[in-house]
Amino acid sequence: MHPAPSVIFFTVFSGLGFGFLTWLGVGIPAPQGWAAFPYFFVAFAMAVGGLIASTFHLGNPKNALKAFSQWRTSWLSREAWMAVLTLSAMGIFAAANIFLNISMPPLGIIGAIMALITVYTTSMMYAQLKTVPRWNHWTTSLLFILLALGGGAILAADSLGTILFIGLAALAQIYVWDAGDKRFAKRGHSIETATGLGDMGKVRMYEAPHSGTNYLLTEMVYVIARKHAIKLRIIAFILAYIAPMLLAIISGRGFDLYILALIVHIVGILAQRWLFFAEAEHVVGLYYDKR
Amino acid sequence: MHSLSMKQFMVTGINDMTQLPQTTDKKLGLVIDLDTCVGCQACVISCKGWNTENYGAPLSDMDAYGANPSGTFLNRVHSFEVQPDTGGCAQTVHFPKSCLHCEDAPCVTVCPTGASYKRGEDGIVLVDEDACIGCGLCAWSCPYGARELDQAAGVMKKCTLCIDRIYNENLPEVDRVPSCVRTCPAGARHFGDFADPDSDVSKLVAERGGMDLMPEQGTKPVNKYLPPRPKDTLQEVDASAPILNPVAETPKGFLGWLDKALEAL
Repeated sequence: MHPAPSVIFFTVFSGLGFGFLTWLGVGIPAPQGWAAFPYFFVAFAMAVGGLIASTFHLGNPKNALKAFSQWRTSWLSREAWMAVLTLSAMGIFAAANIFLNISMPPLGIIGAIMALITVYTTSMMYAQLKTVPRWNHWTTSLLFILLALGGGAILAADSLGTILFIGLAALAQIYVWDAGDKRFAKRGHSIETATGLGDMGKVRMYEAPHSGTNYLLTEMVYVIARKHAIKLRIIAFILAYIAPMLLAIISGRGFDLYILALIVHIVGILAQRWLFFAEAEHVVGLYYDKR
Repeated sequence: MHSLSMKQFMVTGINDMTQLPQTTDKKLGLVIDLDTCVGCQACVISCKGWNTENYGAPLSDMDAYGANPSGTFLNRVHSFEVQPDTGGCAQTVHFPKSCLHCEDAPCVTVCPTGASYKRGEDGIVLVDEDACIGCGLCAWSCPYGARELDQAAGVMKKCTLCIDRIYNENLPEVDRVPSCVRTCPAGARHFGDFADPDSDVSKLVAERGGMDLMPEQGTKPVNKYLPPRPKDTLQEVDASAPILNPVAETPKGFLGWLDKALEAL
């Protein structure tokens, strides 16, 4: 799949933003009054900024409001609803805290749960796709949620949360990469099943349907630049998981090391998300004898 | 009389949102005969022609006269080579591919706006371009590459089964079939109702072992493909063989001397 910057930024920053909102909702940390403003500002800026980035992926964004209509079947529509509802609930929670100095723990807990459901709906846009076997598994959602909690813990400067959730995400990541590498073959998709010609023998592409490229190839059959995948995985794993955990262990409750942890985590997760798309093989590539 | 509005043919479907109909009254679709298709690309061109000048956004070309041309097509012909497991000559198979109008169409349920829908009366899968946001998720969910996002209009384009031909009473009856079917010079494309077991397409599928593409995806395609018939095999024994057998395996006389002389050099 084409690793478009808009969807990489969308998933990375909305994940971090909603992850941070989860921690703020449960009161870790629990700043009061105007002191709370910068916390909520960062969380909302990331969540909303990510959602705005996602609209750059649309070919015809003027109809964007219609995306709220199909929540009964569409994960994208559910994601739109959950994002708006979560931002509303947490907006009330934040405004009451900042401007009125009123804390509403029950609303915060509801908002925290809704924020995680939002991350789940984001993950399901990818995990639902049978056409991309690497994504089509519940561990895709698990990793998105663990990363939101872990990234949110770094933003919350919470050492235990960072070590626990970034650690769990690291374990999930190892499984997701390993199982993901094998799932395409495991599902039994091949050029023979794609063409139905397997009974006759071994199939190969003889002539492509078009000499140039097309939307299908540029969007879904992204095969260039995968050669550095292993190196990138190692870099992403160290930056996104190992480094923030080490920084959290040595920092205690000091704040400044968390800024460094956040920066390396974001760089690592941007690399991880680039791989998430670039390594994902769509079955339509079989019709082009490419994967 | 080509300028009929698409709306005239869109009777139901929208009210059901992107939930798929439980059953459809008809199952309109295509049978594509891989034995007969010669790969001439006429269906590709006629499809592009009809669908670019009739309903909705035209099928644009990008950089058409430049170094890297590309464009939107609703039907494309791939060509494959099949090497038999038993050895022998490989077989070339021309393979037209367009929307299969699946019964369990994943492209419909993923659509966030309701632009993508499957009609209850005939099972045709359509896109309402006025509601499409161009998110591309339907194209991602399609295993067959049947949907292409038009790069000029930013909306999703797909085969409509020429809905503006098949119900169009302004056309002569012979033309009320999809453009690709009408055009095919080899008779490799057939249009009809798969819900009717006595229809020509249903009979063809029964007789020739019509198959689904990528059945493991669980999409239940309506369109079926007829596998190529087995090739004739050459007979081992040839009546003229004894006459044509070489008379002498090793040269004699002058040629024999020459052969030896040259070898001795």
